[in-house]
Amino acid sequence: MARRYVSIWFRFLQADYCALRQPALRSGPFVLASPDHGRMMVRAVNAAALQAGIEAGITVADARTIYAAVEVRDDDPALVDSLLQRLAAWCIRFTPVSAIDGAEGLLLDVSGCAHLWGGEAAYLHDLVQRLQQLGFTVQASMADTIGAAWAMARFTQHPTIVPAGGHIEALQGLPPEALRLEPATTARLRQLGLRRIKRFLSMPRAVLQRRFGTHFLLRLDQALGTATETLTPIQAPAPFEERLPCLEPIVTATGIEMAIEQLLTSLCKRLEQEGKGIRQAVLKAFRVDGAIEQIAIGTHRASLHVAHLFKLFALKIDQVEPALGIELFLLEAVKVEAVEPLQEKIWEGSGGLDDTGLSELIDRLSNRIDINQIHRFAPAEQYWPEWSFRDAPALHGRLPDAWSASRRRPLTLLYQPAPIQVAAPVPDYPPILFRYKGQVHNIKKADGPERIEQAWWLQTGEHRDYYVVEDEAGKRYWVFRSGHYDAHNKTQWYLHGFFA
Amino acid sequence: MMPQQPAIKAKLEQEILLLQGFKPLTADPVRAIDIGPIAQSFPFQQFPTGGIHEFLISDPSDDACTTAFIAGILAHLMRAGGAVIWITGSKKLFPPAFKQFGIEPDRLILIDLRKEKEALWVMEEALQYPGLAAVVGELNNIDFTASRRLQLAVEKSRVTGFILRTVQRRINTIAAVARWQVTSLPSESADGLPGVSFPRWKVDLLRVRNGRTGSWTVQWQSGGFRFPQAPALGQLPAVPLPATKLPASNKKTG
Repeated sequence: MARRYVSIWFRFLQADYCALRQPALRSGPFVLASPDHGRMMVRAVNAAALQAGIEAGITVADARTIYAAVEVRDDDPALVDSLLQRLAAWCIRFTPVSAIDGAEGLLLDVSGCAHLWGGEAAYLHDLVQRLQQLGFTVQASMADTIGAAWAMARFTQHPTIVPAGGHIEALQGLPPEALRLEPATTARLRQLGLRRIKRFLSMPRAVLQRRFGTHFLLRLDQALGTATETLTPIQAPAPFEERLPCLEPIVTATGIEMAIEQLLTSLCKRLEQEGKGIRQAVLKAFRVDGAIEQIAIGTHRASLHVAHLFKLFALKIDQVEPALGIELFLLEAVKVEAVEPLQEKIWEGSGGLDDTGLSELIDRLSNRIDINQIHRFAPAEQYWPEWSFRDAPALHGRLPDAWSASRRRPLTLLYQPAPIQVAAPVPDYPPILFRYKGQVHNIKKADGPERIEQAWWLQTGEHRDYYVVEDEAGKRYWVFRSGHYDAHNKTQWYLHGFFA
Repeated sequence: MMPQQPAIKAKLEQEILLLQGFKPLTADPVRAIDIGPIAQSFPFQQFPTGGIHEFLISDPSDDACTTAFIAGILAHLMRAGGAVIWITGSKKLFPPAFKQFGIEPDRLILIDLRKEKEALWVMEEALQYPGLAAVVGELNNIDFTASRRLQLAVEKSRVTGFILRTVQRRINTIAAVARWQVTSLPSESADGLPGVSFPRWKVDLLRVRNGRTGSWTVQWQSGGFRFPQAPALGQLPAVPLPATKLPASNKKTG
C-alpha cells in the first residue's frame, strides 16, 4: 500500500504557548530568552517579533535595538519536549502513528486514515483547523514521503496536498534547504548556484556523492522515496485494544463492571479469531477531569475465558477512583500468546497441572498475593541438598528432568544448616550425642556416612559427611560433618534436616 | 418386626450421616485411601475425603512426621492425577523428599504465606476449586467461624483439606471431620539389624465426627502404611478428650 505522511510545522511553538497562558502578550512582539555565557539570548520569538526583524539566536540587547518595546519572558528549555509530546498524543485521534520530528514539528503516518474524514483535503483541513483552534500557528502538508511532506510544510504557504506520485515534481522548485541538509552543504550548493532542487536532481549520482557526501544522497533519496525512512511513534499502536466511550460519565462500580464485561467479550472474540489468548491486560479509565485510572491483570497461561478474566478485574475494581465520572474505557491486551483451544477442552477439569481451572485459580491468587510466593519446584542438577531443587519455569508442562528417590532425604530441611555441638567417640563415627537449641539429644541409632561433595565447578568449601541419626525419643535427624576429621582443628557439625 | 430393627437402625444412621455431609465414596479403587485399621474408626469405614482434617503438632519436632503422614495420604489422593496446593507458613519443606512418599514433587504447588489472614483466604479460595486433589494449610490460630467457611467450601467441591496447627497451650474447637496427632516413635528393625529403620509413628485420632477415636502404631514401608503389632500401643481403647487441653500422655510421647 502506498504510504501517505503528514508533516506539521509549529512555527512559533513556544511563543504560541506563552501567548495562550498570558493573553496580554498577544498584542505586540515578544521573545523568550535564557542566559548563555552571561548574556541573555533570544530562544524563540512570536510572529510580530519576526515581522519586526527579531530572530532567534541574537541577544536580547540586539533585539531591543531593533524594537525597543519588545517584551521578554524566561524560556523553559523542557517546554518544547513536553509540548510536542502532548501534541503528538493529541494527534492520535487522527492516526495511530504519530511521531515527534525535531524541535518544532510532528510527523504523522496517515496511510489509510484520510478516507474516514471524506478525503485528504478534508482530513488536512480538519487537522490544521483544530490545531489553530488550540491556538498554534501551524503549517502542514501531505505527501508520499516523509522528506517531501517536510519540505512542503515548511516551504509552501498553505496546507498543501501533494497528490500520490507527484512528490518529485512538487520538490523541483524548492530550495535545497527543503531536503533537511546540514547548513554547510546548503551553503556549498548555493555557492555553486544550485538554488533549486531541479538544478541538481538530474546530475549523475557519483558526481553528487563525490562533492556533497553520502548524507546528501540519503536525504535526497528519502525525499524522492527511493530510500525508506521510518518514524518512531510516541506510542506503539496496540494491536489488541477495545474502546468503550460512554454517553454519560460512569461513576458506579456496577457501571465499571458492565464496561469491563462488554470490552472483554468483544476483545476475546477478536482474539479467538486470531488464535490468541490474553496473558496481560490493562484497563484504562479516562476520567472527565483528564486523569487516567488504570488496573492491570496477568494470567499464567493465555486465556480467552471471559468469566475468568472478568473475575480477575473484579478483584481490582475498588482501585478505580471514578471521581466526577469516567467517559472512556480502553481495554488493551498488552501481552498475548497463542492458545490451542482443542487442548483446553481435553484438560478441562482433569485436576492436573494442565487443568485450565487450576491456572485460573492461581491467577486469582496471584492477583491478591505476591506471585513470588507461589512455587512449583523442579529438580536441579546439584549435589548439595539445599541447591538440588529450583523454581520451575511454569506451573504447567512437563519437567525436563526426573526426580530421584534413590537416597533417603528429610521432609523438612533447614535452608541454612544449623551448627551443633557433638560428641563423637571415634573419627568417622556418627556422634553419640548432639546439642541443638540448648537441648541434648542422645543418639541411639545411626546410619551413614553418605558423602556429598560440592559440584566440582564450584569447589570452594569442604565436602559433607551426612548421617541419619535417631535419638532416644524416636526423632530422626540429618546431621553432617563439614570436611574431614582433624585432630588439631575442631571440625564443625551441622543439623540439616528432620526425617519423618 | 423385631429382626428388621438392626437393618432399619443402620439405614437411619446412614441417612443421618448423609444429612450431616458425609457421603459414601464410590467403590473406585483409585479414590480409596488405604489406611488399614484406622479406616474402621470413620463412618462407612472409609477415610473421609471431601472434609477438613485437623492435625495438631504440640511439639515442633513432630512437624516432619505429621508432614510425612499427610504426604502418605496425599499420595493416594493424587493418584487420579490431581495437583495439591500446600500453604506453608514457617516450615521449610524439602520438595525432593516427597518422591519417597509416592508424590511427584512438581505436582505440589507450595505457597509461602506469613500472614495467616492471607493463608486463610488462599485456603478457602483453593478449597472451592473441585479440580484439586487436596489443599494443605498451616493455620495455627484459625477460629471456629473461619473453619466453618472452609467446611462449607469442601462440602460443595469435595476437595480434602488438611489443617496443620502448631499449638502450644490452648486448642480451640474447629469444624473438622477429624482431629489427628502424629508423633514419632523409635524405629524398630527386624532381626535387630543396626541402623535407622523404617519411619514409625504413633497416630492418634483424638476426635472423629460420627466415629470412634483411637491410637495406632504406623510404619511407612515400601510405599504404604504398615501396622506393626506393637503390644503396648496397638489399638488402645481411646478416651474422649476435652477440647481445651492436650492429654498428658501425648506430651510424654512427643
